[in-house]
Amino acid sequence: MTKLIENLGRTIISFTAELGRIIMLLLETIKQTFIPPYEIRNTFVQMLEIGIRSLPVVLVTAVFTGMVFALQTYTGFKRFGAESVVGTVVALSMTRELGPVLTGLIVAGRAGAAMAAELGTMRVTEQIDALETLATNPVKYLIVPRFISGLTMLPAVTIVADIIGIIGGYVVTVGIFHTSSVVYWKRTWDFLEASDIYNGLIKACFFGGSIALVSCYRGFYTSGGAEGVGKATTGAVVLSSMTILISDYFLSNWLFR
Amino acid sequence: MIRLEGLYKSFGAKEVLRGLDLEIGKGESRVVIGGSGSGKSVILKHIIGILRPDKGKVFINDADITVLRDRELYEIRKKFGMLFQMAALFDSMNVWENVGFALTRHRKMKLSDIREIAIEKLKMVGLVGVENLMPSELSGGMKKRVGLARAIAHEPEILLYDEPTTGLDPITADAINELIVEMRERLSVTSVAITHDMNSAYKIADRISMLYEGKIIETGTPEEIRDTGNPVVRQFITGSAVGPIKVEGVSNEKHFNRA
Repeated sequence: MTKLIENLGRTIISFTAELGRIIMLLLETIKQTFIPPYEIRNTFVQMLEIGIRSLPVVLVTAVFTGMVFALQTYTGFKRFGAESVVGTVVALSMTRELGPVLTGLIVAGRAGAAMAAELGTMRVTEQIDALETLATNPVKYLIVPRFISGLTMLPAVTIVADIIGIIGGYVVTVGIFHTSSVVYWKRTWDFLEASDIYNGLIKACFFGGSIALVSCYRGFYTSGGAEGVGKATTGAVVLSSMTILISDYFLSNWLFR
Repeated sequence: MIRLEGLYKSFGAKEVLRGLDLEIGKGESRVVIGGSGSGKSVILKHIIGILRPDKGKVFINDADITVLRDRELYEIRKKFGMLFQMAALFDSMNVWENVGFALTRHRKMKLSDIREIAIEKLKMVGLVGVENLMPSELSGGMKKRVGLARAIAHEPEILLYDEPTTGLDPITADAINELIVEMRERLSVTSVAITHDMNSAYKIADRISMLYEGKIIETGTPEEIRDTGNPVVRQFITGSAVGPIKVEGVSNEKHFNRA
């Protein structure tokens, strides 16, 4: 029993300590963002990496999610004659939920893993120390560009995912189930509000920032050679995915109620 | 030039530095010797301010850097160049971008000029025609040379060497030693090297200090160290497993390299 309580206590302490370190890193990142010189070139490189290079896999995911959503909703809603609202269901779920979350999960798996692995390798091969000796703040040089790119590129990619998902839904509803194209678009536009879109993008923004912060944190504080880099990478993906899924509920509760 | 006073540093329960004092004069080449895990790298990291001591002071040109704010510390670091054990080249950049890194960051210069300077520094360390290669294409000895070129590119006053010959074959190691001696003569820099390679220490040092149990236990010229009466130093420089120094099978210096 004492052992159990001891372990519980230890877990709580290490969790709190870790959360504290992440918050410290966040504050340092924000501070460094506003101190010149600005890392413009590095930021563009990261935007390309996180945004543009994630597009293909996000697009494939979005189009098929839109399609399967239309398929399931159509066949399900047909039972009570509501198949005309498929457009609405696809549009609302893509913009409010699936667009940001799926994009977030994919970027966490792709770019989050890459960030943790790169920073982790830099840590264990002393490249981060080398930056310090060359009078360059590693948080500013490495983390700020990734954080800004996460914040800005995730919403950008999410918009594309939203649109492509809705088009995927259209293809199935109109192309396969022969519903009228006019009905699909009318139902989409009639019930879709601007707030659905921008609240979804606020979520995406939060997810993007969290992925970058958590993954950079894991990479930046890597220890223990190649094995440590592996652990940091896995840890980054797991922690960012968990952050996305858990915060999604609370953000949705706050934004959409 | 460099003065460490009463330095204490612990990592968790492990006390690495226990009241260490060390003074290095301008233009001097000092080598700190000591066993693996004895905290040699930790000394270098205190000198350049990557680590802050738990207690004690670090003076660079009479300014205590342990009390400086980050921004002032980064200014002081521009006086330094450091060669890392595994060279620590940035593997996302090619050779000349590595060498010119500090110039790109801190001086308003045209890239083509920086490239010229990088090529010139590479030539100083004996490398020609490698400027467009990536670090992964270089051998261990070449990486060290590029690392050295990067360390001297911004014309620092102080050069720090972290185990400069570790992991190199004896001939390449000697070439690196020659280069270190040459750097001191040509650039008239102050240099601090840490090593457990006695050949290297004898070759590059004006004076050698021995680190043991978190303190400097002896300092002297290479000749004085060679003829020392101190049994601990004697055991270390002759490389014997028998003597007052306990062999710690489990200690791992890498643990202490992290900030």
